[in-house]
Amino acid sequence: MVQINEEKLKWLEEKARDIRISIIEMLVEAESGHSAGALGMADIFATLYFYILRHDPTNPLWEGRDRLILSNGHICPVLYASLAHSGYFPLEELKTLRKFGSRLQGHPDRRFLQFLETTSGPLGLGLSQAVGMCLADRIDNGKYSAKQFYCIISDGELDEGNTWEGMMLGAKEKLQNLTVIIDRNNIQINGFTENIMPLEPLKEKCEAFNWHVQAINGHNFHEIVNAVKEAQAVFNKPSIIIANTIPGKGVSFMENKYEWHGKAPNKEEGGKAVEELRKNNA
Amino acid sequence: MLNQNIKLNTKIFSENVEKETARKGFGEGLVIAADKDKKIVGLCADLNESTFMHLFANKYPERFIQVGVAEQNLVTVASGLAAMGKIPFASSYAMFSPGRNWEQVRTTIALNNQPVKIVGSHVGVSVGADGGTHQMLEDIALMRILPNMVILSPCDAIEAKKATIEAAKINKPVYIRLPRDKTPLITTEETPFEIGKAQIFFAPPMQAQAGIIVTGSMVYNAIIAAQKFAEKGISVKVLNISSIRPLDFESIISIAKEAGVIVSVEEHQIVGGFGSAVAEVLVQNYPVPMELIGVHDKFGQSGTPSELAEHYHLNVQDIEKAVEKVMARKK
Repeated sequence: MVQINEEKLKWLEEKARDIRISIIEMLVEAESGHSAGALGMADIFATLYFYILRHDPTNPLWEGRDRLILSNGHICPVLYASLAHSGYFPLEELKTLRKFGSRLQGHPDRRFLQFLETTSGPLGLGLSQAVGMCLADRIDNGKYSAKQFYCIISDGELDEGNTWEGMMLGAKEKLQNLTVIIDRNNIQINGFTENIMPLEPLKEKCEAFNWHVQAINGHNFHEIVNAVKEAQAVFNKPSIIIANTIPGKGVSFMENKYEWHGKAPNKEEGGKAVEELRKNNA
Repeated sequence: MLNQNIKLNTKIFSENVEKETARKGFGEGLVIAADKDKKIVGLCADLNESTFMHLFANKYPERFIQVGVAEQNLVTVASGLAAMGKIPFASSYAMFSPGRNWEQVRTTIALNNQPVKIVGSHVGVSVGADGGTHQMLEDIALMRILPNMVILSPCDAIEAKKATIEAAKINKPVYIRLPRDKTPLITTEETPFEIGKAQIFFAPPMQAQAGIIVTGSMVYNAIIAAQKFAEKGISVKVLNISSIRPLDFESIISIAKEAGVIVSVEEHQIVGGFGSAVAEVLVQNYPVPMELIGVHDKFGQSGTPSELAEHYHLNVQDIEKAVEKVMARKK
């Protein structure tokens, strides 16, 4: 078990809070976008960008960087906010989200933000691309390459066949440097996943596909860090971390409400949300 | 009257003209390209032999990825490989790639501008016995509307080999369409090949009275039709277009200016296909009467390639009729 020291833990909490506040502020400004999933993944993104990833914001295309592939592109406010707070671009730029000429397109688009690993939004495409990237690295650097590949996918996009095609290949090729994090927040656009298209027993399903699978609380920094460490310690298998998250986490009137999947807060709602986030994390 | 400036096969009019599948040309070209460039990797969706990917897979097993019968995965994995600096060639039947996986191609390859080379074989009704489910007639339409995509449609095995080697060199997404059947060798190893450049293959020594603009498996029939006209003292020029995107506007406009009438020929749906692309160039630059030969709003079916060519009006006589018809429209 890796124990994150108190100071570091507090710092991660602050980062996650700052990312959440930025998410709300940018969505208010954009007047459209996806709130719930972005807020729900803030703790995982904070952990990745401020604790786990080997990356260099001053040299975004550094060849040796770990790769983070966001498959469910609609939660991009959390990606953009994490990049900005890491120093990839000024926080001020977050306010351009979804606006004409912005590098921060409504869904992540490599034509506008060249250092993104890929363009995403259409669901079910990220895992296979991550498999391809990891395969390329293995061809070049062998199975003990230092590079790690992280792919964030949503639970809703497990409805897509392409995702499972990618899982079969990842297992066949024993891509031990690949860790897929499933945002298990139980909602999709039309309702709860188990009503729309049941995924359970999800852990067993993924295990049956020959992946190493862990289920964690996606809001517990210790669990996130330790799950990633365990994933990296597993040989001859790619890993899945099923991160149980609360959609809308941190904003009480959004939490667990699928209505907030594809909706942005208005000015008043945004103000309330930011106030709550500041208070609870003071 | 074959354009010997580009050293075409002089045996083209012989009964015993050598035939080969363009697929084999692709397979050989890929190995040649891969010998020179280690960045080349190959992927296939359980069709190694029929797409001739096996030549590469046997020689470079460590650079080959078998994805199984999963064409959506085929191209998305290829996109990931390209993102890490590889030059992936992903082969399957065109019906499934880019037929089944078009949105994956659009988002992860065309929009991302990743240099993945999508190789779709078994285009056209000349696929034969497998029937309409496997005869791809819509791939040009699907691919030519995608920004960034280069489309190559070689006329024979030798051109397919060169197209493959050239495709590997450009840092762009490329789609290569290949028929299943053996077709006569029209070009030779010495014939030049350049992406984006069309070539006059057949030109009588006098001013053209009609121009045939043709691609892929239909080039042979177009040359034979033009030769028949030449024997009757009628001058018909044949322009081979192996690069549908980028399209050689200059050559198209030039032949239209000289001949005044145009027939386009393709083994593909007429709607949205190659002839439509030629027509788009002409209506905007130099409108002339035009006839389009291809499959008219129908799906294919089982039969021998020659039975099907007759049924779907893709034979030499059909080209001759279209040339006569378009010449009669001349003002």
